[in-house]
Amino acid sequence: MMSDQRGSPSMKYGTEIAFVSLATFLALLAAVFAHDAAFATHMWVLFYVLLVFVILLIRNSDSSGNAHVATDADYLDGPVRYGVIATMFWAVVGLIVGVVAALQLAYPDLNVEPWLTFGRLRPLHTSAVVFAFGGNALMATSFYVVQRTCRARLFGGNLAWFVFWGYQLFIVMAATGYLLGITQSREYAEPEWYVDLWLTVVWVAYLAVFLGTITRRKEPHIYVANWFYLSFIVTIAMLHVVNNLAVPVSFLGSKSYSLFSGVQDALTQWWYGHNAVGFLLTAGFLGMMYYFVPKQAERPIYSYRLSIIHFWALIFLYIWAGPHHLHYTALPDWAQTLGMVFSVILWMPSWGGMINGLMTLSGAWDKLRTDPIIRIMVLALAFYGMSTFEGPVMSIKSVNSLSHYTDWTIGHVHSGALGWVGMISFGAIYFLVPRLWGRERLYSLQLVTWHFWLATIGIVIYAAVMWVSGIQQGLMWRAYDEQGFLVYSFAETVAAMHPYYVLRTIGGGLYLVGALIMAFNIVMTIRGHQRQEEPIGGRTTALRPAEQGA
Amino acid sequence: MKPPAFLLRTIEMSKEEIDEVTGVSTTGHEWDGIKELNNPMPRWWVRTFYATIIWGIAYTIAMPAWPMVESATKGVLGYSSRAELRAELDEATATQASRRTAIKEKSLNEILADDELRRFAISAGSAAFKVNCSQCHGSGAQGSPGYPNLNDDDWLWGGDIKSIYQSIAHGIRFNGDPDTRISEMPAFAGVLEDKQIKEVAAYVASLSNTSSDPALVEPGKVVYEENCAACHGDGGQGGRDMGAPNLVDAIWFYGASEAEIAAQVRAPKHGAMPAWLGRLGETTVKELAVYVHSLGGGEE
Repeated sequence: MMSDQRGSPSMKYGTEIAFVSLATFLALLAAVFAHDAAFATHMWVLFYVLLVFVILLIRNSDSSGNAHVATDADYLDGPVRYGVIATMFWAVVGLIVGVVAALQLAYPDLNVEPWLTFGRLRPLHTSAVVFAFGGNALMATSFYVVQRTCRARLFGGNLAWFVFWGYQLFIVMAATGYLLGITQSREYAEPEWYVDLWLTVVWVAYLAVFLGTITRRKEPHIYVANWFYLSFIVTIAMLHVVNNLAVPVSFLGSKSYSLFSGVQDALTQWWYGHNAVGFLLTAGFLGMMYYFVPKQAERPIYSYRLSIIHFWALIFLYIWAGPHHLHYTALPDWAQTLGMVFSVILWMPSWGGMINGLMTLSGAWDKLRTDPIIRIMVLALAFYGMSTFEGPVMSIKSVNSLSHYTDWTIGHVHSGALGWVGMISFGAIYFLVPRLWGRERLYSLQLVTWHFWLATIGIVIYAAVMWVSGIQQGLMWRAYDEQGFLVYSFAETVAAMHPYYVLRTIGGGLYLVGALIMAFNIVMTIRGHQRQEEPIGGRTTALRPAEQGA
Repeated sequence: MKPPAFLLRTIEMSKEEIDEVTGVSTTGHEWDGIKELNNPMPRWWVRTFYATIIWGIAYTIAMPAWPMVESATKGVLGYSSRAELRAELDEATATQASRRTAIKEKSLNEILADDELRRFAISAGSAAFKVNCSQCHGSGAQGSPGYPNLNDDDWLWGGDIKSIYQSIAHGIRFNGDPDTRISEMPAFAGVLEDKQIKEVAAYVASLSNTSSDPALVEPGKVVYEENCAACHGDGGQGGRDMGAPNLVDAIWFYGASEAEIAAQVRAPKHGAMPAWLGRLGETTVKELAVYVHSLGGGEE
């Protein structure tokens, strides 16, 4: 564990053990003196998690100094390796919870009170996928990319390790909190005040590591991937802090009250919510795309100018688009208009990333036949293009009046999340694992092909089913008879969704199976196995004539 | 004039070259083996981008958009979502106004006699039913254990239009309305012996040809006649004046088995329904009555 650790003359992890032990003790005090039962349980969870961490640190410490002293030129890849494993782990967890939540919608009897109801599993699913899977994927790849494209070791010594473990602690605290019913009921920002504070500390450390590495770069220019990563880190910090401004009822209790109220509260929430999509799920993963697509295709980026223009246009426009989540609400008309206008203008800047990604493959399109990783990346870019077109369309008020609150939105999010975020991350991990663990190649490229097809079919089923159910739902809600009266009760529209919810579970299930195959492939690669198989697309007819001589 | 240092560094570092595959020059930068081509932005992309910006400016001139010091610009079209909603609601109200007035003013029998008005009232009642009644009686008015099915002809308090109106308007066993329908079957747990309760349950079950212990039926008949016939009738056909259920048909509120009937005799459950006149108003309650009356069991 942590073999990149740079040597120190005294005991390894001495300071860390002291700090974490202190934190463990504080968690114990908080658990004992808690003002509400949920907070007490949550602090016990924290106490045990930290206790395990202290034990792990002690077991891995020794006072003999360090065997391996890295030189400055070495890259710090330990947190990247751990990050890749964490990404894969949380992907599987998040997808399993998603499939369970989908089943609960189709078969409500599967709600198990009190901990495993849809109301608690839904935020667990969204946070596990967006922040645990997506967040870890971004942290791991950004640490990898920023070092290579700056030719500099990560800034801050072991700060990157703190970012990694601190972030995992945030995830565990958020997830256990949801199951215990601790929530501030802000979508995608459910964790309560003390977990938010902890994430702020971790995030500032993340910013320091990333920005510090960029300032120490040995390249004259900052590569475009790093612009996107940096915009993601800075903006998420701002969004997180503002959206979570709240006053705790007690410093020993879980409950807090937001500083905002009414329509201001709603707008702050969607300013945050939409830009979590814009800066985490779009800008962050564009950063990933800008490194791994040209690396895997071994081709130059298509257009430098396009990358500059679409970057600045994207980050300028995205931040204003949030009000489109509040069409036809108490939000003033002018804010709704601006939210819609900025969303529509955002169409081309979003597509700039798709164009630059796809056109980077010009001269390497033949690789689609032989390289399933390229296929995965192209699929990601295709879904990116599809959902960044669908988004502006759905932000148009007349379309939104039909689509809002329906499953169409769920389908839109999933074609972005499963198609774009999921696939570009999987492509990056397939690229990284052999390099990070010094393997010649992946365990099996055939399994990557299996993953590709399962995921593709899964996403297509999921998105298509949600279009149909969403539009049907919207039309049923607004159906009037010739006398001018509503035709359907709400319960009837819910009942009508049942077959779609079953089909959606199947689509999500296929995607999950693909991810499990990937996890197996990754584990086998890390353990140094190689499956003997024919190269994909290699069985061409080129050398066959002699056999067909007769 | 000498260029600034950072520019000089850029120029020195630049190693522009021609990409063999496309014949396009690179920018001369390189990061970890990644280069960038000097392609211009696709023209269709730039034009579409400009078009959306121009549309955006035009749209924000037309619609309320830009926040100023005191208030936001109103837009030359004078649009407001509140005004739009108001207009739509007014239009809907206006198209229904004459019929709704007619429903309010005419008697229930007059509404039933007027085919067009009756159809309108059924539509209106159906919509109101879905919002207010389906939670207990079901989306199709099919009921559920403890909540009556409104599609059949088995009525507790009467199935003619006036009785249905009365039930909806003033509710059943609803404390807040002095005109509500009230009746309560006494609990026989302390009045009858356990053996007698089992006997009468077997007899009641037999009335609707439900299988029951034949040995208990005969003595059960005596118990019934002495204790139950006053409300439920000599033959068990029920009494609508008191909302006493018909025991001869095979329609059961709280279960058909002897054990379930016995439980109901020992300690009866009583359903309750709120009075709707105060909440929904005369017109809607009339519409609801016409709708429920139309479901299949409506009586003359």
